[in-house]
Amino acid sequence: MMEHLALEFRNIQDRYCTVCSSVASEFAPKTKAHKSSTDNNLYQMESCPSVKNILLLDSEGNRVAVKYYSDEWQTNSSKEAFEKAVFTKTQKTNARAEAEITMFENNIVVYKFAQDLHFFVTGGDDENELIISTVLQGFFDAVGLLLRGNVDKKEALENLDLILLCLDEIVDGGIILETDANVIAGKVASHSIDSGAPLSEQTISQALATAREHLTRSLLNV
Amino acid sequence: MAQYVKKDDDRDEEEYSPFLGIEKGAVLQEARVFNDPQLDSRRCSQVITKLLYLLNQGETFTKVEATEVFFSVTKLFQAKDIGLRRMVYLIIKELSPSSDEVIIVTSSLMKDMNSKTDVYRANAIRVLCRITDGTLLTQIERYLKQAIVDKNPVVASAALVSGIHLLQTNPEIVKRWSNEVQEAVQSRAALVQFHALALLHQIRQNDRLAVSKLVTSLTRGTVRSPLAQCLLIRYTSQVIRESSMNNQSGERPFYDYLEGCLRHKAEMVIFEAARAITELNGVTSRELTPAITVLQLFLSSSKPVLRFAAVRTLNKVAMTHPMAVTNCNIDMESLISDQNRSIATLAITTLLKTGNESGVDRLMKQITNFMSDIADEFKIVVVDAIRSLCLKFPLKYRSLMNFLSNILREEGGFEYKKAIVDSIVILIRDIPDAKESGLLHLCEFIEDCEFTYLSTQILHFLGLEGPKTSDPSKYIRYIYNRVILENATVRASAVSTLAKFGAMVDSLKPRIFVLLRRCLYDNDDEVRDRATLYLNTLGGDGSVVETDKDVKDFLFGSLDIPLANLETSLKNYEPTEEPFDISSVPKEVKSQPLAEKKSAGKKPTALGAPPPAPTSTVDAYERLLSSIPEFSTFGPLFKSSAPVELTEAETEYAVNVVKHIFDKHVVFQYNCTNTIPEQLLENVVVVVDASEAEEFAEVATKPLKSLPYDTPGQTFVAFEKPEGVPAVGRFSNVLKFLVKEVDPSTGEAEEDGVEDEYQLEDSEIVAADYMLKVGVSNFRNAWESLGPDFERVDEYGLGPRESLSEAVNAVINLLGMQPCEGTEVVAANSRSHTCLLSGVYIGNVKVLVRLSFGVDSSKEVAMKLAVRSEDESVSDAIHEVVAN
Repeated sequence: MMEHLALEFRNIQDRYCTVCSSVASEFAPKTKAHKSSTDNNLYQMESCPSVKNILLLDSEGNRVAVKYYSDEWQTNSSKEAFEKAVFTKTQKTNARAEAEITMFENNIVVYKFAQDLHFFVTGGDDENELIISTVLQGFFDAVGLLLRGNVDKKEALENLDLILLCLDEIVDGGIILETDANVIAGKVASHSIDSGAPLSEQTISQALATAREHLTRSLLNV
Repeated sequence: MAQYVKKDDDRDEEEYSPFLGIEKGAVLQEARVFNDPQLDSRRCSQVITKLLYLLNQGETFTKVEATEVFFSVTKLFQAKDIGLRRMVYLIIKELSPSSDEVIIVTSSLMKDMNSKTDVYRANAIRVLCRITDGTLLTQIERYLKQAIVDKNPVVASAALVSGIHLLQTNPEIVKRWSNEVQEAVQSRAALVQFHALALLHQIRQNDRLAVSKLVTSLTRGTVRSPLAQCLLIRYTSQVIRESSMNNQSGERPFYDYLEGCLRHKAEMVIFEAARAITELNGVTSRELTPAITVLQLFLSSSKPVLRFAAVRTLNKVAMTHPMAVTNCNIDMESLISDQNRSIATLAITTLLKTGNESGVDRLMKQITNFMSDIADEFKIVVVDAIRSLCLKFPLKYRSLMNFLSNILREEGGFEYKKAIVDSIVILIRDIPDAKESGLLHLCEFIEDCEFTYLSTQILHFLGLEGPKTSDPSKYIRYIYNRVILENATVRASAVSTLAKFGAMVDSLKPRIFVLLRRCLYDNDDEVRDRATLYLNTLGGDGSVVETDKDVKDFLFGSLDIPLANLETSLKNYEPTEEPFDISSVPKEVKSQPLAEKKSAGKKPTALGAPPPAPTSTVDAYERLLSSIPEFSTFGPLFKSSAPVELTEAETEYAVNVVKHIFDKHVVFQYNCTNTIPEQLLENVVVVVDASEAEEFAEVATKPLKSLPYDTPGQTFVAFEKPEGVPAVGRFSNVLKFLVKEVDPSTGEAEEDGVEDEYQLEDSEIVAADYMLKVGVSNFRNAWESLGPDFERVDEYGLGPRESLSEAVNAVINLLGMQPCEGTEVVAANSRSHTCLLSGVYIGNVKVLVRLSFGVDSSKEVAMKLAVRSEDESVSDAIHEVVAN
């Protein structure tokens, strides 16, 4: 009797498993996890071109400077995961002469490399690729101007203030502010003295800053 | 400048980083220099940079730390150094101070807003608008309005962009700036125009007329900035979308503008316009041509971004207008070898969509070379595309199936292998001719398969399909090999499959028993138990020769109770003297798993073409209906329709109906959802008035006992109708129920309820409900084999139609039949078209239809309808459907 009972129970379990596998074998289409579309920063998504993030990473995928405009990535770890994934995916491509492009988690990522620096700009998947690419080119060229052609990680870190100001001048809260590299670099480099400030307050460092600005200007005019 | 000695070792490179060994505590200490009476601007700048570096690396400051830094930073407004001030602006934005802290910097920022230095003004506006709240905004509104029309473009842009952000939080204030913004739209500075246009549109976006006016005036004028031009294109297509319904015959409004943009000098604008044209509703091939032409030029660009953009757009176009894209096929083929694998994959999948039957073989050859050097994720996309191609051209199954089996043998990860196996299984299901070869490919695959999941899936599938083939015995070897070679899970699954062969194929039974007996000595108990169970029930003792039907049902029939219910019952079962009784498990489905919620607004990604929906819903419906005693006598279910919504979106109660067609009955299944948390509905029924459906008589209703908030439930109404007659009719529906108030905090419902009713939209039974979409793999053969005995041919005039393809789709939908061999797609500009349809009519009568369409210059469409079927009356019935 007990044996019979056990068998019956086993049988139910067995059929349970069989049904499970038959349910699984319906081969339902993979539905990608629906990402929350409540991007407060990107409310204008529908009509206004927008940028989700700008990344400047080194040749090992570490951050040099990054700026996120979308709350698609809420935590630092999700940001780092995104950076790692994008870096790994693009690492082996040759994006030195021309900017390259890829799709990644429903985003368009346009990227370009110089020495040991990797530049990325991300936009939504229904964004005009060429607009994203223009933003990247603006960023890339502006950094080139600001670092006087020495575009590498060391130089970038030593002039991190310029890089951060540069990011600030390109995009404001996801909206493109400026894409012309000369204008961006010009705005960042205008470390001139406040005209209202008395001369006596000028320090050596300010004088140096002025000199630097003149140098940049002369570079820009070339 | 310092001299650095270059070292070879890369790791030493790190030493040069100015931030090496940086530590938050130390930097916070350093930040005290902000409080020095004699400010050293350069040093302060450096410290801010370090703070920003820390934040950028993901470091977080505690509330106290952030407040402290913020307060000392505010002191730096004394310094007159522009560079330092810029860094101050940056760090204030990064620290995002709380509203009581904001007050401290407000006056300094307002002073900067009115400074003579433009850099200060622009940045102060951006910072202030970023950190401000509504109350402060009224104070600075005047300055912002001035800034919008400032002659310095940087200042104007800063104010406009801030306006775009503020519009989300304080729309009423920003809307007052319309005049200034309008003035800024005329600005000579390119980006000011862009930002002004974006803001103006957002201010007016709810006023259709105003947007339309804006677009009308700007499309005539000159918009300088390419970005602004792109915006204008987007707004224009929005206006076109909203106004397209009005004038059907004439020119599409603003199309000329979009087409003109294709000749713009900026590639960004050209592409935006081309994309806008391809996305127009019901775009005609004439309208598409110029857009396709520029995209085709982009395909051979040296810039990867441009190639990608073009191929991605063409890929989308190929889904709806494959013929329009065929001109690009040569360029597309050269992209298969593109360095950028995303581009190559998009090119391949586009080619697979646009290719015709004769080009398939050549294409497959190219893809074979390509597959070896792309990543798995791209391969999956290609496999999906090949599956849909195969369903489109069933005659080509041989080469496509070979391709799939070849790639199945190559290296690959689980997801990729699963995609291939899924595809083969779908092809086996949908193309009967492909079954035997497909099964053998799967058998070969499991001979060397490292994924347990896939092995068990395939074994299960073999058990279902294998016994029905012409020579089931050849699969036994593959299956028994699993018992010898694999892990316990696979062995157990192989035992079940063997038993299925034994149960279904009597001639194999003795041999199966021999094999099963060997499994009795397996070292895994699950395998042994299964073998014992099957041997005993199938009569392995040699006593019973014919396997009882009950035993088959018991062993292999589908479980007719919901798994979730069984699971709860098993959990609640306490081991006592009384055995577990499976009939005690409730059969009522608690939630409706079939109501798939479409993820709203998310378009399918370009790389992943949506796979065809699974066809398993019918099985689930059949199981559901047969579990209801009232309906169990209706016989086999012929067809279940897709759910039809009977309520508007976002109403109190959401109801949709699924029509189940039986030989002599029709059952309406109403899927109801209660969207009010404060209500519990009881005794929910749908009262159906069938006065406009004379041939139907109501026979049964099954009310829904209880419908709590957000848990879908079903109620049913059944009708009797004359057997075999495709009766049609219209039914009006009213939802009736008892409402009980629910206390949302406790979730308890009150005792007493109120009777209430809710008007639903009408439902209809139409001719197409009696037709099953069933494809045939070779239409010509099928047509010949049916013979001309019951052929009925007639001609019809369909009157003036918008386009030929619209007419073709209308007839397909009317008949509810499956288009064959891709003939539902009408070639662009063609004057005539032939469409092949197949289906199964109620009473399991096979029907084939050949439709020939012709259209004349006044868009009058004429149609010749030829029907062949196994039954004369059915052929006539099809004609009646069209004639009415």
